[in-house]
Amino acid sequence: MKDDNSHGAPRTVPIQSATFTNPINAEIRRAAATGIYDIRGGGAKRKLPHFDDLLFLGASISRYPLEGYREKCETSVTLGTRFASKPIKLDIPVTIAGMSFGALSGPAKEALGRGATLAGTSTTTGDGGMTEEERGHSNKLVYQYLPSRYGMNPDDLRRCDAIEVVVGQGAKPGGGGMLLGQKISDRVAEMRNLPKGIDQRSACRHPDWTGPDDLEIKILELREITGWEKPIYIKVGGARPYFDTTLAVKAGADVVVLDGMQGGTAATQDVFIENVGQPILACIREAVRALEDMGMHREVQLIVSGGIRTGADVAKCMAMGADAVAIGTAALIALGDNDPKWEAEYNALGTTAGAYDDWHEGQDPAGITTQNPELMARFDPIEGGRRLNNYLKVMTLEAQTIARACGKNHLHNLEPEDLCALTLEAAAMAKIPLAGTDWYPGKPGTSY
Amino acid sequence: MQTFDLEAQGLRQLNATLHAQADDTNQTAWEVVNPRGSHAIAVGLDAPIEVNVKGSTGYYCGGMNKQATINVHGSVGPGVAENMMSGMVVIEGDASQYAGATGHGGTLVIKGNASSRCGISMKGIDIIVHGNIGHMSAFMAQSGNLVVCGDAGEALGDSLYEAKLFVRGSVKSLGADCIEKEMRPEHTEILRDLLERGGCDAKPEEFKRYGSARQLYNFNIDNAY
Repeated sequence: MKDDNSHGAPRTVPIQSATFTNPINAEIRRAAATGIYDIRGGGAKRKLPHFDDLLFLGASISRYPLEGYREKCETSVTLGTRFASKPIKLDIPVTIAGMSFGALSGPAKEALGRGATLAGTSTTTGDGGMTEEERGHSNKLVYQYLPSRYGMNPDDLRRCDAIEVVVGQGAKPGGGGMLLGQKISDRVAEMRNLPKGIDQRSACRHPDWTGPDDLEIKILELREITGWEKPIYIKVGGARPYFDTTLAVKAGADVVVLDGMQGGTAATQDVFIENVGQPILACIREAVRALEDMGMHREVQLIVSGGIRTGADVAKCMAMGADAVAIGTAALIALGDNDPKWEAEYNALGTTAGAYDDWHEGQDPAGITTQNPELMARFDPIEGGRRLNNYLKVMTLEAQTIARACGKNHLHNLEPEDLCALTLEAAAMAKIPLAGTDWYPGKPGTSY
Repeated sequence: MQTFDLEAQGLRQLNATLHAQADDTNQTAWEVVNPRGSHAIAVGLDAPIEVNVKGSTGYYCGGMNKQATINVHGSVGPGVAENMMSGMVVIEGDASQYAGATGHGGTLVIKGNASSRCGISMKGIDIIVHGNIGHMSAFMAQSGNLVVCGDAGEALGDSLYEAKLFVRGSVKSLGADCIEKEMRPEHTEILRDLLERGGCDAKPEEFKRYGSARQLYNFNIDNAY
């Protein structure tokens, strides 16, 4: 080659650094230009050990399958059976995770309620309080009790179906949130008791309790206010799942919600999203172990979330011991978020369909993560609800298909023995034997 | 006057009984005896009734109150009148941490001292403290008024939004973005009303006003491009 020999001697070809990659260098230049860290929505984008690294074994001589389309395979789940006098019964074990009005538009919240109700499941409020659209269109609505207490009031506590005390979330365990001023419309500002147009911080910890002993008393107060009717969930980020689950149960939770680092957020620092927390695959079995050690597995229900996309993911969560799952990002995609039909507009924002994550800036071409009336008008909540219902139905059918193939007449009957792992990492994290072996790293009784 | 013996009848029965009072109830006066530091006394009330608690309470007394007047003839644990919406809560003694936390409305009067984080994240409540308050009070306070007839501890009003803080005594230190502000006539009038409602023997002219410098309201981005 000419470049190799321009002066008569061979030359080294240019080599890109594997450490200082082009994306890393671009981020350094962006930081140098703006003086602020990158804030974005969504969950961890880096490649992580995930449900794709697990497979179902299916039936064989030792397992008898059920007929794929004809034989019954139950999907219902009841949440809040420990203390609540009115537990929630859902037709399917796929719930809609908490997403705030403010981060999402009113019609988007309405669509989540519509879709969830059609599918026979619950949806969840978020930071910023409960909207009429959401309550009115949600047969089962979980009301989040967050550190900011934006929009928190006893009337909404009494008209919800369950209360979710949010201690943390997978995208940012230990971190608070931020709704930038450009998304603070008159309505959002009024619900949050703050002036229009200013950045609104969501605190990282609750203002009136610290630690599990206080939390137990806080839960007592919430139960007293609501007459011990409502199931009380405690949501934690995937940080220390064994201890967090143990402490949540000790504090009196009816349901533990466990969110891995792939779980989305409306807006947080990218460095936080990508570097704090654990993948959900590493969290589920530890949480289940905590419940089993206390004799509380199935008495306290476990909902897991963070990167759940398909019925196979649902079935794998159930096989590892979860009672239900929650979806957020996937639900937004079902509504139309990041749809390639808006590609030209994504390009105009400097991004592309599938990569758009500046939800906090309020310019979402799909009209979902915005408060801009013109953009919001693009989104039809009835059509959105239909799409979400269809998606939830497909996920359920997929999970049932797999469960029947494993010989199970209820999704809850799936078990770890139905799974194998494709990688050592997944085997170690999920405590599922590596394919072709009966071993996983750290298995009791082995020296590895 | 209805008398409720908390020790004999239990917390669930107390709150259920108080919740059962409708707006037009004739049973408007209640006395709770033997509270013995119990938590969650008279929480979630929503009727124009008066409840007199004869003794000291634990956490969250009067939490999320609407309409009711609750008088505690003793001291209170953490989170008294947290997230109150309306009505009035009066404490004859001292209050522990987080008094009036996230309160949206109503009036909280503490005749003794209040501990740390008094008025944290308050969202419209009026809090009047006859004595001193502890550190980090009015942290991220959004709206409403906090009146302190005594001294304030460290980091008063850290990350403050639009709440108004009035302190008669010393302030050990101000938190981030909290500054002393001019006491204009309209503030004097607001304070005069608050002092009267709180039964305080103090004059508005003796107080200083503190509020947000509004420098943390938006990210400061050096984006030259």
